[in-house]
Formats: sequence, C-alpha cells, structure tokens
Amino acid sequence: MHFERAHRHTWRKIKSGLASTIAFVSALLVITPLSLVFFHLVVNGAGSVNWDFFTKLPAPVGAAGGGMVNAIVGSLELLALAGAIGIPVGVLGGVYLAEYGSARINSVLRFLADVLNGIPSITWGVVVYGLVVLRLKGFSAYAGGLALSLIMIPLILRTTEEVVLLVPNGYREASLALGVSRWKTIVHIVMKTASKGIITGILLALARVGGETAPLLFTAFGNRFWNHSLSQPIAALPLQIFTYAISPYDDWHRQAWAGALVLVTGVFCVNVIVRILTRGRAASVV
Amino acid sequence: MENLIVTTPERTVMEHVDQPVEPPPADESVPACTFQVKNLSIWYGEKRAIDNVTLDIASNAVTAIIGPSGCGKSTFIRALNRMHELVPKTRVEGTVLLQGEDLYLNDVDPAIVRRRVGMVFQKSNPFPTMSIGENVVVGLRLNGVRDRKFLNERLEKSLRMAALWDEVKDDLHKPGTSLSGGQQQRLCIARALAVEPEVLLMDEPCSALDPIATAKIEELIYELKARYTIVTVTHNMQQAGRISDYTAFFYIGRLIEIGPTTKIFTNPTDRQTEDYITGRFG
Repeated sequence: MHFERAHRHTWRKIKSGLASTIAFVSALLVITPLSLVFFHLVVNGAGSVNWDFFTKLPAPVGAAGGGMVNAIVGSLELLALAGAIGIPVGVLGGVYLAEYGSARINSVLRFLADVLNGIPSITWGVVVYGLVVLRLKGFSAYAGGLALSLIMIPLILRTTEEVVLLVPNGYREASLALGVSRWKTIVHIVMKTASKGIITGILLALARVGGETAPLLFTAFGNRFWNHSLSQPIAALPLQIFTYAISPYDDWHRQAWAGALVLVTGVFCVNVIVRILTRGRAASVV
Repeated sequence: MENLIVTTPERTVMEHVDQPVEPPPADESVPACTFQVKNLSIWYGEKRAIDNVTLDIASNAVTAIIGPSGCGKSTFIRALNRMHELVPKTRVEGTVLLQGEDLYLNDVDPAIVRRRVGMVFQKSNPFPTMSIGENVVVGLRLNGVRDRKFLNERLEKSLRMAALWDEVKDDLHKPGTSLSGGQQQRLCIARALAVEPEVLLMDEPCSALDPIATAKIEELIYELKARYTIVTVTHNMQQAGRISDYTAFFYIGRLIEIGPTTKIFTNPTDRQTEDYITGRFG
C-alpha cells in the first residue's frame, strides 16, 4: 500500500517534469528563429550599414558603395499612402462593427474581415495590378500604397473593434446621460478612451505592411532612382532587398543584408513603441 | 412641447442659472409634479419589465424607488430620461410627461431629454482620459459651449454644489480616476449638475460606497433637493427612510404603493409593501 502510493507520486513528478520541459523547449523553439535571424542579419549586414547606405542612391553594378536612400524614402511614402487610405477606413469600420449595425450583419462582416486577413499578400498585388495598374497603364506609388492599404484595412478594423468593445459601457451611458449625442459620445468618449489600443493596432498594421514585398511587385514595381511623381514606379526597401538578393553580385548581396537589417530594426522599433504605449494597460482600462 | 424640441445650448446654459427650476404651483394643496407617468409599460423584447405604472413625481423633493431585485426599479428611472432605450428591442407604451411635455413623442430628441434629466449611476464612472476639471465640464463642452470664463465658473459652481470643491480645488488637473470612490461619485454628480438639469436621477448611487462616503452623498442629496427634483433607486431601506420625502414600492414590474416616506414606512396600505419593509422578503 505504502509502496504503491510512493510509486504513483514519483510517476506524477515525472509527468509534471516532462510537461514543463516540453513547454520550455517549445518556448525556446519560438525564440530561436528570431535570434538566428537577427544574428545573421547583424553578422552579414552590419558591415554595410553606414552613412552612405542612408544617403546615397544605389550604385551601378560593379561600382563600389552606394546606398538605399531612395528605397527607404520610398517605403515611407508608400506607408503614408497606405495609411492615408487604410487608417480611416479601418478605424471607422472597426468603430462601426463595435458600436453600430445589427448583430447578424456584424458577424458576417467580422468573418469576412478575418478571411481577408488570411489572404496571401501577393493576391492583393495581383488585384491592384488588375484594377489599377492595367487600367492606368503603368506601375505607380499609388498602386503600391493601395495594395498595402488593402492589407491594412482588415487588420486595423479587427483590432479597433476589439479595443472599442473593451471600453466599459458605463462611459457611454455617462456621456449619453449628459445629453451628448451618440456620434460625439463615440468620438470624444469611446474612441478617446480606446485611443491607445487603436494607435497600437495602426502601428502594428504599418509594421506588418512595411515589410511586405509580394504586393509591391506588381504595383510599385521598384525604382533604382528617385521617384519624382507618385504616379510613377517607386522604390521600396523590401523590393530592393528582393532585387539585390536574387542578383548574382556580391556587392548587391551585402547591400541586401544591410537593407534587411535596417528593415527588421525598423519593425522591431515599432514593436517597442507599441510595448511602451501599452504599458500599464491593465491600469488604464484600454 | 417647444421647450423639448428647440432647446439650444444657450438655453441650457443661460436660462436655469440661479433660479428655481419650477415656480410654485398656484394650487398649494396639491404638490407640484415634475413627472406625470401614465400607464407606462416597458418591454425588453418579449419580457415586460414595467407593467402599467401610473404615478406623479413631486418637484423639489426626493422620491425613492424601492423593491426587490428585478422589480423594474432601474428600468423605471431609466425610462424617465430614455436611457433604457440603449438596450436593443425595447418598447414603450403610455406617457411620461416632464413639466407637461411628453418625452416619448416621435420628434423629441432623447439627447435633449437627457440634458434636462441628468443621471448618476451605481458605479462611479469619471472618464479615465480626462482630468477632474475636464470631467465636470465635459457635458457643456461636448454640447458646444466654448466660453472659457463661463466654463470655469460652472466648474467651480458644480463642484461646490457637489460638496467636492474644497477637496479638489488644487488638483483640478489630476485625473478624475485618481480620486477615492466617494469623491468619484461626487465628481459624477458635479458632472451631471454642470449641464443644469431640472431633475437628477440616481441609480443606487451609494451601493458601491463605504458608510462615510455614503453619509456624504446622502447629505448632498438632502441639500440638492432645494434646487432639483431627485429620483433615486435604492436597495437600502434605511437609506430610503433617511433621504426621501416620497417612497414608491415596486414589485415584479408593478407599482404597489407610493406615498410620503413616513407613511410607507410606518403605515403602508398594501400588505406586500409591509412584508417587504419589515424584511419578510426581498
């Protein structure tokens, strides 16, 4: 009797140990690729990240040096275009889902947004290629920004909806009971209370599309020089990395590594900003 | 009717400053009524929450609504400023007259009803993104008042009326949520008073507060009734006895009895009222 009890006890201990080990190893497996990627980028790219990289146009094949300033600026321009379309549509759509509409229509819209979130990003490139590029007979920054914004909209919509739903009903009631209209209550009370969460969603969406390459292949196309008009092809960091990485030249490979390092650092910084913004989130409700 | 429809911020702002809300009635034998509720029934979907209630609510007095949980107390006072409409699929029958004007006519904007009939909730809910001062004047600001001097005057006046001025006058820029529970509730009262309503509805305003904070709110209610008609829901019968002039007892959506508080508590007409007040159920 005694022996059997002790035996069971040991077996339980083993099971418990096993479970926590598996969990630990899984956690390690999650972190490993990230550290490996970062390590590789630093080793291969850090040497080429210098002042020239941020200030000079790409050098012709064979010529040493050169940079990616046009691609960095191009990426920022594309993000601005994408944000100009994607942020208002996504935020207002999310507010609509959370505050208006009937339950049935909203669940349909929510489902569609989730499906959109799952669509491979190259599809958006093809869609915009068909809708805009073919019709206007040319690749352009507008087309690239539109493709990116279409990826952003469902992302922002869903995060906005979630944080707006987190705002306690008491605040809506308090505002309405003061004789404030529904619209003003939503803008000045609900969205203001949820603003940190909404901004977080926007930043994460920008970080996500900032690294997108596929949708830009058919739309923004890339450009080795400065873009002088948004209706012309424009360079973007991920596109430039792609072009350089598949090239046969060692110089370009080094530039691609540097570009990737800059891009990943940028995304990393945005995530850090998000962490800082959402710090003490539990205390401030949303 | 005109009053309800064409109310502008100027009217809310200017008209009711420093004057009693309602002139005394010509006929002194009948107390003036702020609300006249006639055959009011309210449904949430298929469920009837209020069943054919008829009562008058006296001006410049405190009316307490008592009754066991689920008896329709909250629904009833929310119907007095149309807040119950926030729940989808509500349906109303009967009339609610505020100073003789029907709140439920088609062309009445609920926002304007709510400017005239303010509300304080069970859980204090100062806006977390705003300072103490911003919380008090937010109703005026969002209704279009821009005049800084006026806002500052109203800020101080409302906080004084809510007996909170002395405690927060040096901390007006601090977040509203930094105050204690009782102070937050008084801040919410100040916020409701700042838009100069005629009536103050209170939905169990003390149920989340400790006894000392409760005593302060009760004292405040007593002082406020000189200027406002107050309707309060309470679970606490001793509180109803302390603060109210009239008490209405609700049970399963029906009004069982309404009368002067002293009478309801000492000599109720209805058997159910007596059973509830003596604690036989509830």
